[in-house]
Amino acid sequence: MTQDAELGLRDRLARLSGVKLLRGTRLSTEIERLERQLERLREDKTDEEIWRSVELARHQDRPYTLDYVERILEDWFELHGDRGRFDDGAIVAGLGSLDGHTIAVVGHQSGRDAKERTHRTWGMAYPEGYRKATRVMELAARHGFPIVTLVDTQGAYPGVAAEQHGQAGAIARSQASMLRLAVPTIAVVIGQGGSGGAVALAVADRVLMQEHAIYSVITPEGCALILWRDAAQAKRAAAAFKPDAPHCLELGVIDGIVPEPEGGAHTDPDKAASLLHEAISAHLEELVGLAPDELLRTRRAKFRGMGVLAAV
Amino acid sequence: MSAPGRIDVSIEHKRSTPDAPAGKHPNTCPSCGSHYRDEELVEHLRVCPHCGRHFAVGAWERIAQLADADSFVESHADLRSADPLEFFDLRPYRERLAEAESETGLGDAIVTGQAQIDGHSCQLAVMDFSFMGGSMGSVVGEKLARACEDAAANGGAVVSVSASGGARMQEGILSLMQMPKTVCAVDELHEAGGVLLSVLTHPTTGGVLASFASLGDVILAEPGALMSFAGPRVVAQTTREKLPEDFGLAESNLRFGHVDAIVKRPELRATLSRLLRLFESES
Repeated sequence: MTQDAELGLRDRLARLSGVKLLRGTRLSTEIERLERQLERLREDKTDEEIWRSVELARHQDRPYTLDYVERILEDWFELHGDRGRFDDGAIVAGLGSLDGHTIAVVGHQSGRDAKERTHRTWGMAYPEGYRKATRVMELAARHGFPIVTLVDTQGAYPGVAAEQHGQAGAIARSQASMLRLAVPTIAVVIGQGGSGGAVALAVADRVLMQEHAIYSVITPEGCALILWRDAAQAKRAAAAFKPDAPHCLELGVIDGIVPEPEGGAHTDPDKAASLLHEAISAHLEELVGLAPDELLRTRRAKFRGMGVLAAV
Repeated sequence: MSAPGRIDVSIEHKRSTPDAPAGKHPNTCPSCGSHYRDEELVEHLRVCPHCGRHFAVGAWERIAQLADADSFVESHADLRSADPLEFFDLRPYRERLAEAESETGLGDAIVTGQAQIDGHSCQLAVMDFSFMGGSMGSVVGEKLARACEDAAANGGAVVSVSASGGARMQEGILSLMQMPKTVCAVDELHEAGGVLLSVLTHPTTGGVLASFASLGDVILAEPGALMSFAGPRVVAQTTREKLPEDFGLAESNLRFGHVDAIVKRPELRATLSRLLRLFESES
């Protein structure tokens, strides 16, 4: 119950904070009141709870992109290949119908068994995967279809061939491309939002996280290995860099949190899918009425403003 | 690693001459074993006079190498990191920042400002690996973005010289967000008709390579520079693949089509001058 209350509060706060241009004491008082309530709730946040999200985000039964696609979309048609080199199974892309309107969905995809996991390189994409994503998103934008990306990766694939094929450039260009899509875009982190491989698909008008998803610059183990020189310190590392959804919301990195069934998305994928559907539809409804120019301007301003600075 | 001592992207590096191998004469070239005097190396732009190995160059020394004398005017020097996560690993982030600042004399891992290169105006944005491994946090992202905006305001050029181990982990997810932030700034520079000349020096990896540094209209690299998204250690450990001898090096990246040219340091200033001249006559 407390968690539901917190999610509701954060969602409202995020919406209110997004309308800074509207002046008026009523609004700022409301924001202050919500912030005070959040402050009280946040005191309970422990390192254990952060680690629980890390574990749930990686749970082997957690729904992947295609699990949501089959529950949310009708007439799904998957599109394959980067039109250059190969079809990267770690990213799926296609068109489908959401609430009666065509949209494009692009997302990371891992496998349920050893064979599929190998084929999909555990959801870690090659540059070809990002080029496929870019191709399909640009295709959707040409036809005015809104775009939903589902982010779920430990990171981009760190292999020799991936480097030779231009991993860094593909990630950079995917971000640049997403900043230019003149249609509504929504990114939802549905599991692990790991590093550049995640942000490559997450430069969207609305960036949401499922309640137990994580979004971070490096894996807890990677961070622990570098800063503590001991991968076993992963829990401490996670507590230090705070990859959980409430902290990402607090830092202004995401725009909202999508609730999950009690115990995590894997306990009830149908319920998780309907909650995700609800959130996507609600945000799309707010975005479809906006002029493309305004979408682009707001999206760019949001990402241009990321970070926290001090001055001497 | 295929060439021990050659590729070291640990962001914990704090020594001002990160290339000196331990246990030897401090001024020994790790490539050819010859000894050098400090002032001799500086005179040779920190390129080994015997074998041509390119040593690391700090931001201010690089600016002195590239910009016309007395032409550089630093901007946004007052920006500092704010430690929004109150990050604490073995030591508090604030302490690491204070130490890096006192050791390097820099406010963060990048120096930006207006410069003339052989008479051509540009914004010069130079990273410094000795400040926390050249990692990109909010300040690096912001100064790079402002350099693009300052250049865009007069339809001009940005010359970036990167040297980075990747994202500043101590700023958590906000360091990751510097990637789309700088990408956005480069995109707006392009829309304003400006140009980005991106120079990659050893090492340029992770989030810096996967954002603005790869979006240069022209991408140049110094000989022997490591430029890979994942570092060689991560690749070796994660995939257990045997790494080619030249994994991620500038020479390999040229062969695979990810850079336009490899430019030796003594030719860098003249090369940038020529490119700036070419792009000036376009508009």
